[in-house]
Amino acid sequence: MEKVFPSIDEAIADIKDGAMIAVPGFFACGVPRALLQAIIKKGTKNLTLTCGCGPLLGAADELKTLVQKGQLKKVIDSYGLFRSASKGMEDPFEQAVRAGTIEFEVYPMGTMAEKYRAGGAGIPAFYTPTGVGSVVEEGVVTNIEANRGKKETRIIDGRKYVLEYALEPDFAFIHAYMGDREGNLCYAKTARNFNHVMATASKVTIAEVENLVESGKINADDVHTPGIYIHRMIQVPRPKFAITID
Amino acid sequence: MAEKTKLKGLSRELIALRVASELEDGTYVNLGIGIPTLISDWIEGRDIVLQSEIGMLKTGPLATGDDVDQDLINASCQPVTALQGTSYFDIAESFGMIRGQHIDVAVMGALQINDKGDYAGWSNPARGLFVGNIGGSMDLCAGAKKLYIAMEHTTRDGQYKVVKQLSYPATAMGKVSMLFTDLAVMEITPKGLLLQEVAPGISADDVQSVTEPKLIISKDLQEMQF
Repeated sequence: MEKVFPSIDEAIADIKDGAMIAVPGFFACGVPRALLQAIIKKGTKNLTLTCGCGPLLGAADELKTLVQKGQLKKVIDSYGLFRSASKGMEDPFEQAVRAGTIEFEVYPMGTMAEKYRAGGAGIPAFYTPTGVGSVVEEGVVTNIEANRGKKETRIIDGRKYVLEYALEPDFAFIHAYMGDREGNLCYAKTARNFNHVMATASKVTIAEVENLVESGKINADDVHTPGIYIHRMIQVPRPKFAITID
Repeated sequence: MAEKTKLKGLSRELIALRVASELEDGTYVNLGIGIPTLISDWIEGRDIVLQSEIGMLKTGPLATGDDVDQDLINASCQPVTALQGTSYFDIAESFGMIRGQHIDVAVMGALQINDKGDYAGWSNPARGLFVGNIGGSMDLCAGAKKLYIAMEHTTRDGQYKVVKQLSYPATAMGKVSMLFTDLAVMEITPKGLLLQEVAPGISADDVQSVTEPKLIISKDLQEMQF
Protein backbone atom coordinates (compact mmCIF):
# COMPACT_ATOMS: atom_id res chain seq x y z
CA MET A 1 0.00 0.00 0.00
CA GLU A 2 1.57 3.28 -1.13
CA LYS A 3 2.00 5.85 1.70
CA VAL A 4 4.29 8.42 0.08
CA PHE A 5 2.91 11.95 -0.37
CA PRO A 6 4.16 14.32 -3.08
CA SER A 7 5.12 17.05 -0.58
CA ILE A 8 5.29 17.79 3.12
CA ASP A 9 2.71 20.58 2.71
CA GLU A 10 0.20 18.16 1.20
CA ALA A 11 0.91 15.64 3.95
CA ILE A 12 -0.19 18.14 6.63
CA ALA A 13 -2.81 20.03 4.59
CA ASP A 14 -5.82 18.78 6.62
CA ILE A 15 -4.42 19.64 10.06
CA LYS A 16 -6.88 22.18 11.42
CA ASP A 17 -6.69 24.75 14.18
CA GLY A 18 -7.10 23.08 17.57
CA ALA A 19 -5.51 19.78 16.56
CA MET A 20 -3.57 17.63 19.01
CA ILE A 21 -0.24 16.47 17.53
CA ALA A 22 2.15 13.94 19.07
CA VAL A 23 5.79 15.06 18.81
CA PRO A 24 8.38 12.36 19.50
CA GLY A 25 12.04 12.85 20.28
CA PHE A 26 14.20 12.78 23.37
CA PHE A 27 15.71 16.27 23.64
CA ALA A 28 17.67 16.58 20.37
CA CYS A 29 17.33 12.95 19.28
CA GLY A 30 14.65 11.64 16.91
CA VAL A 31 12.65 14.89 16.65
CA PRO A 32 10.49 15.43 13.48
CA ARG A 33 12.00 18.79 12.77
CA ALA A 34 10.89 19.16 9.12
CA LEU A 35 7.25 18.51 10.04
CA LEU A 36 7.45 21.06 12.88
CA GLN A 37 8.83 23.60 10.40
CA ALA A 38 6.00 22.76 7.98
CA ILE A 39 3.30 23.35 10.61
CA ILE A 40 4.95 26.67 11.46
CA LYS A 41 4.80 27.65 7.78
CA LYS A 42 1.15 26.55 7.55
CA GLY A 43 0.36 28.74 10.56
CA THR A 44 -2.11 26.34 12.20
CA LYS A 45 -3.25 27.76 15.54
CA ASN A 46 -4.48 26.58 18.93
CA LEU A 47 -2.30 23.46 18.74
CA THR A 48 -1.77 20.99 21.55
CA LEU A 49 1.65 19.34 21.20
CA THR A 50 1.91 16.18 23.22
CA CYS A 51 5.50 15.07 23.74
CA GLY A 52 7.50 12.65 25.91
CA CYS A 53 10.87 14.04 26.85
CA GLY A 54 11.69 17.56 25.75
CA PRO A 55 11.73 17.40 21.91
CA LEU A 56 10.87 21.09 21.91
CA LEU A 57 14.03 21.81 23.92
CA GLY A 58 15.91 19.99 21.15
CA ALA A 59 14.02 21.89 18.45
CA ALA A 60 14.38 25.14 20.39
CA ASP A 61 14.17 27.43 17.35
CA GLU A 62 10.90 25.85 16.24
CA LEU A 63 9.43 26.12 19.76
CA LYS A 64 10.38 29.78 19.97
CA THR A 65 8.71 30.49 16.62
CA LEU A 66 5.56 28.52 17.52
CA VAL A 67 5.25 30.56 20.73
CA GLN A 68 5.96 33.88 19.07
CA LYS A 69 3.46 33.21 16.27
CA GLY A 70 0.83 32.29 18.88
CA GLN A 71 0.27 28.79 17.47
CA LEU A 72 0.33 26.90 20.78
CA LYS A 73 -2.54 26.33 23.19
CA LYS A 74 -0.96 23.58 25.25
CA VAL A 75 2.10 21.34 25.64
CA ILE A 76 2.07 17.97 27.45
CA ASP A 77 5.48 16.54 28.43
CA SER A 78 7.62 15.05 31.20
CA TYR A 79 10.50 17.49 30.73
CA GLY A 80 9.78 20.74 28.91
CA LEU A 81 11.64 23.50 30.73
CA PHE A 82 15.29 24.49 30.63
CA ARG A 83 17.27 23.02 33.54
CA SER A 84 18.75 26.41 34.30
CA ALA A 85 16.24 28.70 36.03
CA SER A 86 17.93 31.82 34.63
CA LYS A 87 17.84 30.51 31.06
CA GLY A 88 14.19 29.58 31.63
CA MET A 89 13.30 33.16 32.54
CA GLU A 90 14.56 34.26 29.11
CA ASP A 91 12.65 31.51 27.29
CA PRO A 92 9.43 32.64 25.53
CA PHE A 93 7.74 29.27 26.21
CA GLU A 94 8.42 29.43 29.96
CA GLN A 95 7.30 33.05 29.98
CA ALA A 96 4.00 32.02 28.35
CA VAL A 97 3.63 29.18 30.90
CA ARG A 98 4.20 31.67 33.73
CA ALA A 99 1.66 34.06 32.21
CA GLY A 100 -0.85 31.22 31.74
CA THR A 101 -1.23 31.94 28.01
CA ILE A 102 0.04 28.43 27.16
CA GLU A 103 -0.95 25.43 29.29
CA PHE A 104 1.86 23.06 30.31
CA GLU A 105 0.74 19.68 31.64
CA VAL A 106 3.32 17.35 33.13
CA TYR A 107 3.51 13.59 33.72
CA PRO A 108 6.34 11.20 34.58
CA MET A 109 8.10 10.00 31.43
CA GLY A 110 7.08 6.36 31.81
CA THR A 111 3.47 7.46 32.22
CA MET A 112 3.73 9.46 28.98
CA ALA A 113 5.13 6.36 27.22
CA GLU A 114 2.35 4.17 28.56
CA LYS A 115 -0.35 6.73 27.63
CA TYR A 116 0.64 6.29 23.97
CA ARG A 117 1.16 2.54 24.21
CA ALA A 118 -2.28 2.13 25.78
CA GLY A 119 -3.86 4.54 23.27
CA GLY A 120 -2.50 2.50 20.38
CA ALA A 121 -3.47 -0.81 21.94
CA GLY A 122 -7.11 -0.21 22.83
CA ILE A 123 -6.59 0.23 26.58
CA PRO A 124 -8.45 3.36 27.83
CA ALA A 125 -6.59 3.78 31.14
CA PHE A 126 -4.11 1.98 33.36
CA TYR A 127 -2.94 1.82 36.97
CA THR A 128 0.73 2.69 37.54
CA PRO A 129 2.85 2.84 40.72
CA THR A 130 4.72 5.85 39.29
CA GLY A 131 4.02 9.15 41.01
CA VAL A 132 2.55 7.71 44.22
CA GLY A 133 3.67 9.90 47.13
CA SER A 134 4.07 12.99 44.94
CA VAL A 135 1.73 15.68 43.55
CA VAL A 136 1.33 13.45 40.47
CA GLU A 137 -0.83 11.16 42.63
CA GLU A 138 -3.09 13.97 43.78
CA GLY A 139 -4.14 15.42 40.47
CA VAL A 140 -3.22 16.65 37.02
CA VAL A 141 0.02 18.69 37.23
CA THR A 142 -0.56 21.81 35.16
CA ASN A 143 0.16 25.53 35.38
CA ILE A 144 -3.58 26.23 34.89
CA GLU A 145 -5.06 25.83 38.37
CA ALA A 146 -8.62 25.23 37.13
CA ASN A 147 -7.45 22.13 35.22
CA ARG A 148 -5.81 20.35 38.19
CA GLY A 149 -8.46 17.61 38.31
CA LYS A 150 -8.20 14.89 40.97
CA LYS A 151 -6.75 11.51 40.06
CA GLU A 152 -8.13 8.16 41.19
CA THR A 153 -5.96 5.75 43.16
CA ARG A 154 -6.43 2.14 44.12
CA ILE A 155 -4.66 -0.36 46.38
CA ILE A 156 -3.92 -3.63 44.58
CA ASP A 157 -2.22 -6.41 46.57
CA GLY A 158 -1.23 -3.89 49.23
CA ARG A 159 0.44 -1.39 46.89
CA LYS A 160 -0.98 1.96 45.83
CA TYR A 161 -1.43 2.84 42.14
CA VAL A 162 -2.59 5.94 40.23
CA LEU A 163 -5.10 5.75 37.38
CA GLU A 164 -3.79 7.43 34.25
CA TYR A 165 -5.60 7.76 30.91
CA ALA A 166 -4.52 6.75 27.41
CA LEU A 167 -3.74 9.41 24.80
CA GLU A 168 -4.92 9.21 21.19
CA PRO A 169 -3.69 12.37 19.46
CA ASP A 170 -5.27 13.52 16.17
CA PHE A 171 -1.93 13.38 14.40
CA ALA A 172 1.60 12.12 15.06
CA PHE A 173 4.73 13.55 13.45
CA ILE A 174 7.28 10.73 13.19
CA HIS A 175 11.00 10.89 12.35
CA ALA A 176 12.63 7.70 11.06
CA TYR A 177 16.03 6.89 9.65
CA MET A 178 14.52 4.72 6.92
CA GLY A 179 11.12 3.83 5.55
CA ASP A 180 9.82 1.88 2.58
CA ARG A 181 6.94 3.10 0.41
CA GLU A 182 4.47 0.97 2.39
CA GLY A 183 5.28 2.75 5.64
CA ASN A 184 7.50 0.14 7.28
CA LEU A 185 9.97 2.13 9.37
CA CYS A 186 13.26 1.62 11.12
CA TYR A 187 14.88 4.09 13.46
CA ALA A 188 18.53 4.78 14.22
CA LYS A 189 19.81 3.91 17.70
CA THR A 190 18.32 6.04 20.49
CA ALA A 191 16.35 8.13 17.97
CA ARG A 192 13.62 5.47 18.24
CA ASN A 193 12.47 6.65 21.69
CA PHE A 194 8.83 7.87 21.47
CA ASN A 195 8.46 7.46 17.69
CA HIS A 196 7.01 3.96 17.66
CA VAL A 197 4.43 4.34 20.44
CA MET A 198 3.24 7.68 19.10
CA ALA A 199 2.80 6.14 15.63
CA THR A 200 0.54 3.49 17.15
CA ALA A 201 -1.51 5.93 19.27
CA SER A 202 -2.47 8.63 16.79
CA LYS A 203 -5.45 8.74 14.43
CA VAL A 204 -3.33 9.99 11.50
CA THR A 205 0.41 9.31 11.54
CA ILE A 206 2.72 11.27 9.24
CA ALA A 207 6.32 10.08 8.97
CA GLU A 208 9.33 12.03 7.72
CA VAL A 209 12.12 9.65 6.71
CA GLU A 210 15.75 10.38 5.95
CA ASN A 211 15.97 7.48 3.51
CA LEU A 212 13.00 6.40 1.39
CA VAL A 213 13.44 2.94 -0.12
CA GLU A 214 11.40 0.61 -2.30
CA SER A 215 9.16 -2.00 -0.75
CA GLY A 216 11.16 -5.08 0.21
CA LYS A 217 14.43 -3.20 0.81
CA ILE A 218 14.02 -3.33 4.58
CA ASN A 219 14.54 -6.85 5.92
CA ALA A 220 11.16 -7.90 7.34
CA ASP A 221 12.86 -8.92 10.59
CA ASP A 222 14.31 -5.43 10.99
CA VAL A 223 11.07 -3.39 10.79
CA HIS A 224 10.56 -1.40 14.02
CA THR A 225 7.16 0.07 13.12
CA PRO A 226 4.99 -1.90 10.68
CA GLY A 227 3.32 0.11 7.90
CA ILE A 228 -0.21 -0.36 9.29
CA TYR A 229 0.49 2.50 11.75
CA ILE A 230 1.80 4.92 9.10
CA HIS A 231 -0.65 6.86 6.93
CA ARG A 232 1.53 9.39 5.13
CA MET A 233 5.24 9.64 4.38
CA ILE A 234 7.67 12.15 2.96
CA GLN A 235 11.42 12.11 2.54
CA VAL A 236 13.39 14.86 4.30
CA PRO A 237 17.07 15.78 4.60
CA ARG A 238 18.87 14.61 7.74
CA PRO A 239 18.26 17.34 10.33
CA LYS A 240 21.07 18.99 12.30
CA PHE A 241 20.86 19.37 16.06
CA ALA A 242 22.93 20.94 18.76
CA ILE A 243 23.21 18.10 21.29
CA THR A 244 22.71 20.07 24.47
CA ILE A 245 20.23 20.94 27.17
CA ASP A 246 20.83 23.52 29.83
CA MET B 1 18.30 28.59 59.56
CA ALA B 2 21.76 29.56 60.78
CA GLU B 3 24.50 30.10 58.23
CA LYS B 4 26.89 27.12 58.24
CA THR B 5 30.57 26.99 57.56
CA LYS B 6 31.06 25.13 54.30
CA LEU B 7 33.06 21.97 54.96
CA LYS B 8 35.64 20.85 52.45
CA GLY B 9 34.52 17.45 51.26
CA LEU B 10 34.96 15.27 48.20
CA SER B 11 34.83 16.54 44.65
CA ARG B 12 31.83 15.49 42.54
CA GLU B 13 34.09 13.00 40.75
CA LEU B 14 35.07 11.34 44.04
CA ILE B 15 31.44 11.12 45.20
CA ALA B 16 30.81 9.30 41.91
CA LEU B 17 33.80 7.01 42.53
CA ARG B 18 32.51 6.11 46.01
CA VAL B 19 29.08 5.19 44.56
CA ALA B 20 30.77 3.18 41.78
CA SER B 21 32.56 1.07 44.36
CA GLU B 22 29.20 0.28 46.00
CA LEU B 23 27.76 -1.11 42.74
CA GLU B 24 28.13 -4.86 42.38
CA ASP B 25 29.27 -6.68 39.27
CA GLY B 26 26.47 -8.41 37.40
CA THR B 27 23.95 -5.59 37.93
CA TYR B 28 21.83 -3.37 35.66
CA VAL B 29 22.09 0.26 36.73
CA ASN B 30 20.41 3.53 35.69
CA LEU B 31 22.16 6.86 36.35
CA GLY B 32 20.30 10.17 36.69
CA ILE B 33 21.39 13.66 35.61
CA GLY B 34 24.19 15.38 37.60
CA ILE B 35 26.71 13.63 39.86
CA PRO B 36 25.22 10.17 39.03
CA THR B 37 26.18 10.59 35.36
CA LEU B 38 29.84 10.88 36.43
CA ILE B 39 29.71 7.33 37.83
CA SER B 40 29.96 5.98 34.26
CA ASP B 41 33.60 7.23 34.17
CA TRP B 42 34.50 4.83 37.00
CA ILE B 43 32.96 1.56 35.87
CA GLU B 44 34.67 1.02 32.50
CA GLY B 45 35.71 -2.60 32.16
CA ARG B 46 33.46 -3.76 35.00
CA ASP B 47 30.56 -6.16 34.53
CA ILE B 48 27.90 -3.47 35.10
CA VAL B 49 25.32 -2.70 32.39
CA LEU B 50 24.03 0.89 32.23
CA GLN B 51 20.44 1.35 31.14
CA SER B 52 19.50 4.72 29.63
CA GLU B 53 15.75 5.31 29.78
CA ILE B 54 15.87 6.79 26.26
CA GLY B 55 15.96 3.13 25.16
CA MET B 56 19.45 1.67 25.43
CA LEU B 57 21.13 -1.10 27.41
CA LYS B 58 24.89 -1.31 27.77
CA THR B 59 25.49 2.41 27.30
CA GLY B 60 29.15 3.10 26.52
CA PRO B 61 31.45 5.98 27.51
CA LEU B 62 30.79 9.55 26.36
CA ALA B 63 31.50 10.17 22.67
CA THR B 64 33.94 12.85 21.55
CA GLY B 65 35.13 14.19 18.20
CA ASP B 66 34.19 12.05 15.21
CA ASP B 67 32.39 9.53 17.43
CA VAL B 68 29.61 12.01 18.21
CA ASP B 69 26.36 10.81 16.58
CA GLN B 70 23.19 12.85 17.02
CA ASP B 71 21.18 9.61 16.96
CA LEU B 72 23.03 8.25 20.00
CA ILE B 73 22.62 10.09 23.29
CA ASN B 74 22.03 9.09 26.90
CA ALA B 75 19.11 10.24 29.04
CA SER B 76 21.10 13.30 30.15
CA CYS B 77 21.37 14.39 26.49
CA GLN B 78 25.08 13.63 26.23
CA PRO B 79 26.50 11.93 23.12
CA VAL B 80 27.57 8.40 24.05
CA THR B 81 29.05 5.34 22.37
CA ALA B 82 27.81 1.79 22.02
CA LEU B 83 29.62 -1.30 23.30
CA GLN B 84 29.67 -4.91 22.17
CA GLY B 85 26.30 -6.24 23.26
CA THR B 86 24.47 -2.89 23.28
CA SER B 87 20.75 -2.99 22.48
CA TYR B 88 18.21 -0.29 21.57
CA PHE B 89 14.46 -0.39 22.18
CA ASP B 90 11.44 1.88 22.28
CA ILE B 91 10.37 4.02 25.20
CA ALA B 92 7.40 1.93 26.36
CA GLU B 93 9.72 -1.09 26.50
CA SER B 94 12.27 0.98 28.38
CA PHE B 95 9.83 2.10 31.06
CA GLY B 96 8.26 -1.34 31.24
CA MET B 97 11.76 -2.55 32.09
CA ILE B 98 12.02 0.15 34.78
CA ARG B 99 8.56 -0.19 36.38
CA GLY B 100 8.74 -3.96 36.01
CA GLN B 101 11.60 -4.06 38.54
CA HIS B 102 14.31 -5.28 36.18
CA ILE B 103 16.76 -2.50 37.09
CA ASP B 104 18.89 -3.40 40.12
CA VAL B 105 20.00 0.08 41.16
CA ALA B 106 19.05 3.63 40.20
CA VAL B 107 21.31 6.50 41.31
CA MET B 108 19.70 9.93 41.33
CA GLY B 109 20.60 13.44 42.41
CA ALA B 110 18.42 15.26 44.97
CA LEU B 111 17.55 18.74 46.22
CA GLN B 112 16.39 17.46 49.63
CA ILE B 113 16.22 14.12 51.43
CA ASN B 114 14.97 13.18 54.89
CA ASP B 115 15.80 10.38 57.33
CA LYS B 116 12.83 8.27 56.16
CA GLY B 117 14.14 7.89 52.61
CA ASP B 118 11.76 10.45 51.09
CA TYR B 119 13.43 12.75 48.61
CA ALA B 120 12.74 15.77 46.40
CA GLY B 121 14.49 16.38 43.12
CA TRP B 122 12.13 17.39 40.33
CA SER B 123 11.09 20.89 41.28
CA ASN B 124 12.79 23.74 43.11
CA PRO B 125 10.06 25.99 44.58
CA ALA B 126 12.42 28.96 44.24
CA ARG B 127 11.62 28.83 40.53
CA GLY B 128 8.03 29.75 41.36
CA LEU B 129 6.37 27.21 39.07
CA PHE B 130 3.88 24.48 40.02
CA VAL B 131 5.02 22.47 36.98
CA GLY B 132 8.56 21.16 36.48
CA ASN B 133 10.81 18.58 34.85
CA ILE B 134 9.84 15.16 36.20
CA GLY B 135 11.54 13.16 33.45
CA GLY B 136 12.05 9.51 34.36
CA SER B 137 12.79 10.09 38.05
CA MET B 138 9.45 8.95 39.51
CA ASP B 139 9.38 5.82 37.33
CA LEU B 140 12.86 4.86 38.52
CA CYS B 141 11.79 5.39 42.14
CA ALA B 142 8.74 3.20 41.59
CA GLY B 143 10.59 0.41 39.83
CA ALA B 144 14.30 0.16 40.66
CA LYS B 145 15.10 -2.53 43.21
CA LYS B 146 17.40 -0.10 45.07
CA LEU B 147 17.52 3.68 44.96
CA TYR B 148 20.70 5.55 45.88
CA ILE B 149 21.07 9.33 46.11
CA ALA B 150 24.36 11.05 45.23
CA MET B 151 24.52 14.78 45.99
CA GLU B 152 26.37 17.62 47.72
CA HIS B 153 25.60 17.46 51.45
CA THR B 154 24.43 21.09 51.63
CA THR B 155 23.32 23.83 49.26
CA ARG B 156 25.96 26.15 47.82
CA ASP B 157 25.34 28.61 50.64
CA GLY B 158 25.58 25.90 53.30
CA GLN B 159 21.88 25.30 54.00
CA TYR B 160 20.57 21.84 54.92
CA LYS B 161 19.71 19.42 52.12
CA VAL B 162 19.44 16.50 54.57
CA VAL B 163 16.32 17.66 56.42
CA LYS B 164 13.73 16.49 58.92
CA GLN B 165 10.79 17.36 56.66
CA LEU B 166 10.84 17.97 52.92
CA SER B 167 9.83 21.51 52.07
CA TYR B 168 10.23 20.84 48.32
CA PRO B 169 7.76 18.71 46.30
CA ALA B 170 8.57 15.01 46.80
CA THR B 171 9.75 12.76 43.99
CA ALA B 172 9.04 9.60 46.01
CA MET B 173 8.45 8.57 49.61
CA GLY B 174 10.45 6.02 51.56
CA LYS B 175 12.35 4.66 48.57
CA VAL B 176 15.96 5.74 49.17
CA SER B 177 18.24 3.16 50.78
CA MET B 178 21.69 4.83 50.62
CA LEU B 179 22.88 8.44 50.57
CA PHE B 180 26.32 9.40 49.24
CA THR B 181 27.54 12.98 49.69
CA ASP B 182 30.81 14.91 49.60
CA LEU B 183 31.03 14.38 53.38
CA ALA B 184 29.60 10.99 54.19
CA VAL B 185 27.96 7.68 53.31
CA MET B 186 24.69 7.02 55.13
CA GLU B 187 22.21 4.20 55.09
CA ILE B 188 18.51 4.94 55.52
CA THR B 189 17.30 2.50 58.19
CA PRO B 190 13.90 2.14 59.91
CA LYS B 191 15.46 3.99 62.90
CA GLY B 192 16.88 6.84 60.80
CA LEU B 193 20.10 7.84 59.08
CA LEU B 194 22.99 5.52 59.93
CA LEU B 195 26.34 7.24 59.39
CA GLN B 196 28.71 4.58 58.07
CA GLU B 197 31.59 6.49 56.49
CA VAL B 198 33.05 9.98 56.56
CA ALA B 199 35.19 11.68 53.93
CA PRO B 200 38.92 12.12 54.71
CA GLY B 201 39.41 14.95 57.21
CA ILE B 202 35.71 15.04 58.16
CA SER B 203 34.41 13.97 61.59
CA ALA B 204 31.01 12.60 62.58
CA ASP B 205 30.40 15.90 64.41
CA ASP B 206 31.16 17.81 61.23
CA VAL B 207 28.57 15.75 59.32
CA GLN B 208 26.00 16.23 62.10
CA SER B 209 26.58 19.99 62.05
CA VAL B 210 25.26 20.19 58.48
CA THR B 211 22.55 17.50 58.86
CA GLU B 212 19.19 18.48 60.32
CA PRO B 213 17.97 15.07 61.56
CA LYS B 214 19.93 13.34 64.33
CA LEU B 215 22.42 10.84 62.90
CA ILE B 216 22.91 7.36 64.26
CA ILE B 217 26.65 6.73 64.34
CA SER B 218 27.65 3.24 63.19
CA LYS B 219 29.85 1.35 65.64
CA ASP B 220 31.93 0.49 62.54
CA LEU B 221 32.23 4.12 61.41
CA GLN B 222 35.19 4.48 59.08
CA GLU B 223 36.88 6.87 56.69
CA MET B 224 35.97 6.39 53.02
CA GLN B 225 38.46 4.23 51.15
CA PHE B 226 39.44 4.91 47.53
